[in-house]
Amino acid sequence: MTLATFLVQCLNALQYGLLLFLVASGLTLIFGIMGVINLAHGSFYMIGAYMAYALSPWAAAHLGGGFFTALGIGLVLSVAFGYVLEWMFISYLYEREHLQQVLMTYGLILVFEEVRSILAGDDVHGVAAPAWLAGSVPLGGLMTYPVYRLFMSAVCVAVAIGLFFVIARTRLGMAIRAGASNREMVQSLGIDIRFVYRVVFAAGVALAVLAGMIAAPVSSVYPGMGNQVLIICFVVVVIGGIGSIRGALVAALLVGIVDTFGKVFFPQAAGMLVYVLMAAILLWRPEGLFRHA
Amino acid sequence: MPDDVLLEARGVTRRFGGLTAVDAVSLELPRGAVHAVIGTNGAGKSTLINVLSGELPASAGSVLLLGEDITHWPQPRRARHGVGRSYQRTTVFPRFSVLENCRLAAQAHRPRAWAVWSDADRDETSLALAHEAMRRTGLTDLAARAAGGLAHGQKRQLEIAMCLATAPQVLLLDEPLAGMGPEETDRMLSLLASLREGHAILLVEHDMDAVFRIADRITVMVDGKVLATGEPEVVRANSDVQAAYLGEATL
Amino acid sequence: MTRTLPVALAVVGLAVFPWLGGKFYVDLAMTVMILAIFALSLELLVGRTGLVSFGHAAFFGVGAYATVLLSSKSAAPSLLWLLPAAMGAAALLAAAIGALSLRTRGIYFIMVTLAFAQMAYYVFHDTKLGGGSDGIYLYVKPVMGLGSAVWLDLDHPLPFYFFTLGCLAAVFAFLAMLSRSPYGHALAGIRANEQRMRAAGFSTYPYKLAAFIVAGALAGLAGFLYAVKDGFVNPEILAWHQSGSVLLMVILGGIGSWRGAVIGAFAFVALKELFQSDVVFGAFARHWQLLLGLTIIAAVALMPNGLIGVAAQLRARRRASATKIAHAG
Repeated sequence: MTLATFLVQCLNALQYGLLLFLVASGLTLIFGIMGVINLAHGSFYMIGAYMAYALSPWAAAHLGGGFFTALGIGLVLSVAFGYVLEWMFISYLYEREHLQQVLMTYGLILVFEEVRSILAGDDVHGVAAPAWLAGSVPLGGLMTYPVYRLFMSAVCVAVAIGLFFVIARTRLGMAIRAGASNREMVQSLGIDIRFVYRVVFAAGVALAVLAGMIAAPVSSVYPGMGNQVLIICFVVVVIGGIGSIRGALVAALLVGIVDTFGKVFFPQAAGMLVYVLMAAILLWRPEGLFRHA
Repeated sequence: MPDDVLLEARGVTRRFGGLTAVDAVSLELPRGAVHAVIGTNGAGKSTLINVLSGELPASAGSVLLLGEDITHWPQPRRARHGVGRSYQRTTVFPRFSVLENCRLAAQAHRPRAWAVWSDADRDETSLALAHEAMRRTGLTDLAARAAGGLAHGQKRQLEIAMCLATAPQVLLLDEPLAGMGPEETDRMLSLLASLREGHAILLVEHDMDAVFRIADRITVMVDGKVLATGEPEVVRANSDVQAAYLGEATL
Repeated sequence: MTRTLPVALAVVGLAVFPWLGGKFYVDLAMTVMILAIFALSLELLVGRTGLVSFGHAAFFGVGAYATVLLSSKSAAPSLLWLLPAAMGAAALLAAAIGALSLRTRGIYFIMVTLAFAQMAYYVFHDTKLGGGSDGIYLYVKPVMGLGSAVWLDLDHPLPFYFFTLGCLAAVFAFLAMLSRSPYGHALAGIRANEQRMRAAGFSTYPYKLAAFIVAGALAGLAGFLYAVKDGFVNPEILAWHQSGSVLLMVILGGIGSWRGAVIGAFAFVALKELFQSDVVFGAFARHWQLLLGLTIIAAVALMPNGLIGVAAQLRARRRASATKIAHAG
């Protein structure tokens, strides 16, 4: 393997890992703060991709914008959608046992899948990346790397920084962290914990939708994409430790590296290596790398 | 005078990150004696029991059972070798009958888990131990009642019965008198007095009157450390202890 | 937990059903019985031990694939070694997955079992081992016999029906016996409060692992029957939709009851047939998963104790109103 090829694979691993982090961070945040396991989280990713597919031409035709306008609209819609979904459905899950949460959100997946099938059909679609990002950047002498993938990584890094900042430095972040440890106390301090939960859930949805939207030009838009990403995110959350954003980042990058380089060196076993990684980590640390960080 | 020491703690320390909940605590539990541990809330009493019973590993120090170092033994192993405990918050199995609560606890000593063809409800060994435990705690009449429907005091008695059903040598009791009225307290204290012979009892309690009635030895803990230890009258007269409890009318 | 009269009636009913129902319904009954065994195996984990596994389809699938892969293409394999072999393969996988998964608790356990089952799915989907995503066929169905004398040929529907019924009855009886045993009581204690059990002296890990393996083996039995019934297996039987379906069966019938698992399997098959029926839903039947999803949400929200729970509530209400009438009169 030449240096250039190695560099390409590194960048691919980084991009994939960061994208996984975007989705997994929402999942681990929602579970860590509200104690709800939401199987439908992968569906938000799928919804994001389908929104990119559906909104780009519409935005181009009616608003004169393109991909980025679609992104903006999609984010606004997803926050609203997440807010309403939490209010109408998810808030009923807080007091329930894990089994019930698992099954009810599993039912939600089926509903989302079929609604998607009714509205957008079952075909595979492509989404065009915006023209100014569609080029390639030279790497070394012989290889090039798509600019769009670098853009994806950049967006993920920006979001990660934003997340760390909000959680660690803002009053909302303080309320979130406090609500995670002691719900009643926070309520008695006059902070509306239900509002905090709603905001957290909407943010989680928006993160997954954003991931789906920016991934669409690279991964294309197809029916099973939500479920695939969900299970990998479970692996990320298990490895990283539930509730830990830092853990999600480290684990996502680990998974990105193992998956990308696994495909290169062991193409036969590529799909399984991530699970082998999970098994190895579980043998060493059953509660993940960073528990409750 | 009680002679052989059943359970001993030597310099037991337990840290949670930066907080030292139990700091170099040493004590001895000889057969035939009740040793009470008292202290303010947060003094580390429950944590001490958790370390002695094996629920939490010790950060430093050692725990010895009949002279043998059991510091690294997991909780089930300690329980099978005679270290029983009861919990501060009632942990009876609410859906099972009183009898089944005791019988299941007793089963731990004769598992024979592979004998899937035999009927648990007819297992003589565990039933005998269960009936004995219920007799000593005065619960025989309630044997068929679902544990969840018992009054609070009866639940605390069942908590002790479950501990007894495992035929322990050492009893680690975490606030057995919690939430009890005077009549129930008397009943519990006479039960503990009857258990004194043949067992070593560690009692964590807040009720000072009860403690001074039953304890042969008292250890006072403050901020995880032992402040004073000795016979009840000596401890009561200790000026440090009085200072720590300044304002407590019950002392 | 088992009331003998309704159970006996059900067995008799199932036994005479082949002569009462048409071919389509008898085939459906076979599916229900196979899924009932699958659901019973999961009930041991979820209802009895309190271990919520979202990856149980892996053992069903491995049992089915082992059945096909271990059979020769020419001669009829003997039931007497093929069935234990299929169950053994499932049990082995359960031992491996269980040993790792049981190091985790609560929500981690759910996610980890799902992830490992997905791994098994990819093994069969992506590799040549089981014919990939196309699946493979069982060419000759197993028989039970000695030398050249054939006593039971599973290729014929009637013998297969009764063999399946026999398996279901045997599994039910075995699990009922397990419940009554000291081991079964220990599992119930672990479900109620594992920490308390440890404090009493039970090393809980081996108990849980044994339950996981037994549940896996029984799921493998269901897989064996599935493979023999249709003569075809494909990776979708290991998909997490299968794990979700069997979990739904258990909760639909009512957790904590062996009868509930059987009832849940029946209810699930009935609902699926209903939702997929063109007669009732016309062109919309294509989107039956939407109705299934809504049903799952409604069932969990409104009937947390399943159908058995609803029946118990109705009985209690009838008793209460009878008492009221008695007092008023």
